[in-house]
Amino acid sequence: MFGGAAVYLCLVGIVETFSRRWVIADVVSLGHVVLLAVGAGAGYVATMSHGEFARRRGPLAALAAGALVGASPAALLVGGAAIDLRVMFINASPQLYQILALGHAPAAAVPLLVALGAAAGLAGWALAAMAPRARRTLLSGLVVVLIVGIFQDLLQLLLQGPAVVTAVRGAVFTVDGPSAGGAAALCVLTWAVLAARGRYDGALRRATASLSPGAQRGLQALRWALVVGLLLIVPIAGGPFVAQVMVLVGLYILMGLGLNLEVGFAGLLDLGFVAFFAIGAYTVALLTSRGEHGIAHWSFWAAVPAAMAVSLVAGILFGIPVLRVRGDYLAIATLGLGEIVRLLVLSDALRPWLGGSFGIVLIPKPRIDGWELSGPRELYYLTLVASGFIAYVAWRLQDSPLGRAWMAIREDEDVAEAIGISLVTTKLLAYGLGGAMGGVGGAIFAVLVGSVFPQSFSLLISINVLVLIILGGLGSLWGVVVGALVLVGLPELLREFGDYRFLVYGIVLVVMMLFRPEGLLPAAAQRRELHAVDDVPAGEPASAIAVSGAGSAEA
Amino acid sequence: MSVLALDHLTKRFGGLIAVSDLTLEVPERTIHSVIGPNGAGKTTVFNCLTGFYRPDEGHVRFREEQIDGLSPDEIARRGVARTYQNIRLFANMTVLDNVRVGHHIHVTGTWLGTVLNTRAARLEEARVLDEARRLLQFVGLDDQRERLAKHLPYGAQRRLELARALASRPAVLLLDEPAAGMSPREALDTMAFIRRLRDELGITIVLIEHQMRVVMGISDRVTVLDHGVAIAEGPPAAIQRDPRVIEAYLGARHAETGFASDHVHGAS
Ligand SMILES: Nc1ncnc2c1ncn2[C@@H]1O[C@H](COP(=O)(O)OP(=O)(O)O)[C@@H](O)[C@H]1O
Ligand SMILES: [Mg+2]
Repeated sequence: MFGGAAVYLCLVGIVETFSRRWVIADVVSLGHVVLLAVGAGAGYVATMSHGEFARRRGPLAALAAGALVGASPAALLVGGAAIDLRVMFINASPQLYQILALGHAPAAAVPLLVALGAAAGLAGWALAAMAPRARRTLLSGLVVVLIVGIFQDLLQLLLQGPAVVTAVRGAVFTVDGPSAGGAAALCVLTWAVLAARGRYDGALRRATASLSPGAQRGLQALRWALVVGLLLIVPIAGGPFVAQVMVLVGLYILMGLGLNLEVGFAGLLDLGFVAFFAIGAYTVALLTSRGEHGIAHWSFWAAVPAAMAVSLVAGILFGIPVLRVRGDYLAIATLGLGEIVRLLVLSDALRPWLGGSFGIVLIPKPRIDGWELSGPRELYYLTLVASGFIAYVAWRLQDSPLGRAWMAIREDEDVAEAIGISLVTTKLLAYGLGGAMGGVGGAIFAVLVGSVFPQSFSLLISINVLVLIILGGLGSLWGVVVGALVLVGLPELLREFGDYRFLVYGIVLVVMMLFRPEGLLPAAAQRRELHAVDDVPAGEPASAIAVSGAGSAEA
Repeated sequence: MSVLALDHLTKRFGGLIAVSDLTLEVPERTIHSVIGPNGAGKTTVFNCLTGFYRPDEGHVRFREEQIDGLSPDEIARRGVARTYQNIRLFANMTVLDNVRVGHHIHVTGTWLGTVLNTRAARLEEARVLDEARRLLQFVGLDDQRERLAKHLPYGAQRRLELARALASRPAVLLLDEPAAGMSPREALDTMAFIRRLRDELGITIVLIEHQMRVVMGISDRVTVLDHGVAIAEGPPAAIQRDPRVIEAYLGARHAETGFASDHVHGAS
């Protein structure tokens, strides 16, 4: 299976595209990393499937599995030389063969590939056999090198300026990419940092815990100041391109926070979330546009609260028809409602007001006292303020009576109702407030682009937002941020690999569901960590008989 | 005056008559037990009382007000709380939050107050926390308050469910087999605890129990259900001697394998 995966990766062109990126200049490319990772993965799985105690057979199986993975591109190499595969696989190019041959003649490359595959498989076995902690440290080092390799352009851009910074850059990078020495240094540095953390973390934590409450609050404030400071300098350090990407990330954070309120907090699945984004955008467009569809010529600042209000009402209206719908049906119903909004905007009936497929244009940029927020940097700060504000609101709501009522509904709707929670009010508030948050995102989107078209509000956006909150961890606010960065930020920064975006999405999601279904930054665990309570059941009297769930047919 | 009353209540599921023409009066500050073999319709009675089911015939009155037809949350707001035969906690919420959310009907602040962090909202939140912690102390779970409900052992889960029900400061508490899955000793402790609820908090209690023995000590009145029909009602001593009751229970004992009238029995 893994051998097939390796060939597949070659034939869809990933290996070739990735090979243009050197992780270590002129030695290891991203393409090689992908293939080696497949080999190691095969070894890892082969070991694991033999059970933890089959020590003797583990390495052998891993070796064989890895060799098999190595053999498949080798076979591709040999086969490709004999028959022209390009008729069917456009990516089976001479360049690919060159990459696979590792700069050798095909005859020499075949044993080399098999040997490398076997080595990778063995590495996979070693990983499987290692203590989890050592494995994490080892992998972290490699991942840091990989990340530096992938983001080298961006990092090189960031590392400009003072002599010290340029010196660091010179030490790590050559013209083509990270140097072997630099990569090794980075890897070792990461290990050192992790080792130091493992060593002193406990002491550090104890030290902070023993501080006075005032000092702890000061420390907390300092931490926040650091985060805010970092966020403020992002567009200055990163330049307009990074700022632009971050605006997009910010918009998705806004939508993510809104949808997280519905799905993460209240457990109400919503596949039509883009409707609120569209409603916010169209409200701002109508109220501010200088074109023929503009109705009020309001300023952006007056239009944003209006957009929030309109999308809040829209959320409530959206919620009414699906109040009694549960589970799978809710997904379909919300999907339909979202599409209805898009089709309404597109419809001929509303064309005189909403412009049909020609949309609404000439939306002016926001102004503060004559200063126009037009560049990516200015819009970045606008988005930052908006997402900060919305995140604050979501954070306040999370630990409030309403937030707890939402979670109760998520956990058990019937019981929630039986303790006096009105499903109608509580659910409609989730849709309304979630919708309002999405509306703010739409409002900013409208001025960012300067025009709104129905085509911009496709189902794909709803799905992306849903995927990002699942990725980050349902119900977790930091999860939304991380999810947006990973799912929206990364692909934008890695445009050159854009063709494989959805393939990677798919792989990432499947892997997540298998290994970390609770998301990257799960809410509950995060919370328990904050409270520092262990979850080991304490000794309890003999009544610990597991009978729950054994009841007969009950409501 | 009775706080809770059933008038000729009937509930059918298709052809099955789960509860048939049941009339019942529960006076204030009493403990009223409903007993009967498995499938007698006890839980169905509770589900009708709390608005989960709508009775096919008859009415439910709470303080002389007709409450059948109201939604469960409206009934809860009037002062009826319940627990479940198979524990139903909010599994992924903390122990503390389970109790705090049980307090929901007494929260007056709105979400806007929460977001603006007004003084009223802060005071209310502090009050809710205070009351929740007092309840947790009452059931002996305060030191577990930050754990997720699903990580509690079985006995603690039962107590937590009770604390959540008490958080709404109910006038009437409906307990569906609170001693299920417990040893005879623990069942006795539970009954003593339930008596305290009545004596100290003045709560009227309707108690479902599968085993007759468990409730005899604490009940003011007992109703015996069999196949949805009330075959006897009266003080415990009279019930124990009632030939129809003995027959119903003996019949059930013959029918049900593994049923032991005086012993632990878990799943039902
Ligand atoms: N929702 C339902 N749908 C169909 N039948 C039900 C439902 N709830 C209960 N019943 C049936 O009604 C009868 C009484 O059930 P129940 O009230 O749970 O009994 P008890 O609590 O006394 O053990 C049983 O035969 C049960 O199968
Ligand atoms: Mg029952």
